[in-house]
Amino acid sequence: MAMVQKLQHNVTIKGTKDGLVLLLDDKCSFDLLVEELNDKLTAGSSQMLSGPVISVKVKAGNRYLTAEQEEKLIEVLKQKENLILDHIESDVITKAEAEEMRKDAQVVTVSKVVRSGQVLDIQGDLLLVGDVNPGATVMATGNIYILGSLKGIAHCGTKGNEEAIIAASVMKPSQLRIAHHINRAPDSYPELGNEMEFAYISNEEKQIRIDRISAVHRLRPKLNSLL
Amino acid sequence: MGEAIVITSGKGGVGKTTTSANLGTALALSGKKVCLVDTDIGLRNLDVLMGLENRIIYDLVDVAEERCKLKQALIKDKRFECLYLLPAAQTKDKSSITPEQVKTIVQELKQDYDYVIIDCPAGIEQGFKNAIAGADKSIVVTNPETASMRDADRIIGLLEQEDMEPPKLIVNRLRNHLAKNGDMLDVDEIVSVLSIELLGVVIDDENVIKAANKGEPVALQPDSKASIAYRNIARRILGESVPLLSLEEEKGFFGKIKTLLGMK
Repeated sequence: MAMVQKLQHNVTIKGTKDGLVLLLDDKCSFDLLVEELNDKLTAGSSQMLSGPVISVKVKAGNRYLTAEQEEKLIEVLKQKENLILDHIESDVITKAEAEEMRKDAQVVTVSKVVRSGQVLDIQGDLLLVGDVNPGATVMATGNIYILGSLKGIAHCGTKGNEEAIIAASVMKPSQLRIAHHINRAPDSYPELGNEMEFAYISNEEKQIRIDRISAVHRLRPKLNSLL
Repeated sequence: MGEAIVITSGKGGVGKTTTSANLGTALALSGKKVCLVDTDIGLRNLDVLMGLENRIIYDLVDVAEERCKLKQALIKDKRFECLYLLPAAQTKDKSSITPEQVKTIVQELKQDYDYVIIDCPAGIEQGFKNAIAGADKSIVVTNPETASMRDADRIIGLLEQEDMEPPKLIVNRLRNHLAKNGDMLDVDEIVSVLSIELLGVVIDDENVIKAANKGEPVALQPDSKASIAYRNIARRILGESVPLLSLEEEKGFFGKIKTLLGMK
């Protein structure tokens, strides 16, 4: 009996106003967790587990969950049709994931002229000291800053980040792409207006717009790392 | 030990072969030993411009495949003792020779000649790779038009990946009155986009066409504008510092009076 009592503590179910939170113990074995979760869900007569649709968050603490293990948990939760899994979170990530996060956050400085036919693809933010000539492409998962003239194609937020921006000293691109949005250049550029500009996706229209660089802190306050 | 310079452009018809013929001639005029190499296999023209077509017996592919010695394939120019041509084959195509073979031939030529001028075919495929294989330096020829400039930019990008000096630029066939009116790209604009060193500007000159049809490079003429431009480029290659020619058209007597009266 004492054994069973102890087992009961590996999965704690908490009710919040947003739904249920499943706290999983991070010291016992994974099989034990699954078994106990199963027991609690099926055996439980609690109304919370059979009432109306309710959202569920799973917190795994300091346990690293492999994709397979996450699948297993989802499978167990699926038995209860009224439980909708919001997300599973864990406090630990692998080195590879950490490395990816670091790369996505870095600013890569490149000094060269990107010429026709060349493609520069960067993970993170791109700081290009040089021109992007017609026919050339620069891509980055984050933002693109060009100290030079942009006459080719620039594609920022390549992994889908719609908050990303493209800034250039001379903004005369043939095409701008932010995440999955594409914008073609006008057929001719006015001669004047060499002020530094940046491109972003406007919240209202969900379209690429260009504005003076001085407006960037208003439209993308999160760019600022000096708070 | 001489140096090998490849003349290239990406786009066809901008004047690579004309430039090769005239730079070769101009360098020979200043007493250098020069060998022209035509790598445009299947579409050879350099021999025609030099007026040496009927003297071809062996060609580049024959040398590469060791059907003859290198010296047997070289054709001596009609006018200069120190100018030679290694013609391309006309019946084969670009893939009948490899970059390594070209490199070996150019290395051998560099022993005997001060300058080896390599005429590159249009395009960025096999022919281009063959042509640049043995070169120490490169010259990119462009016309003042968008398409030609775009291709020049592409070529410069490819040349920058090679193990050779940064390429230099020749703007060919400039029509000054069009550039001045803004109907044609001007030289400053081209240089600012391509951002490489400008070696010279050649004015569009009908004498070039006339001379080419006679098989006499225009650089032999004493006073045509294109001829002076080519000879100046040759002097710059030799290390002299020659200022760029003034592109202004000479105004006639009436033109000067009009300017004075403020009518123009």
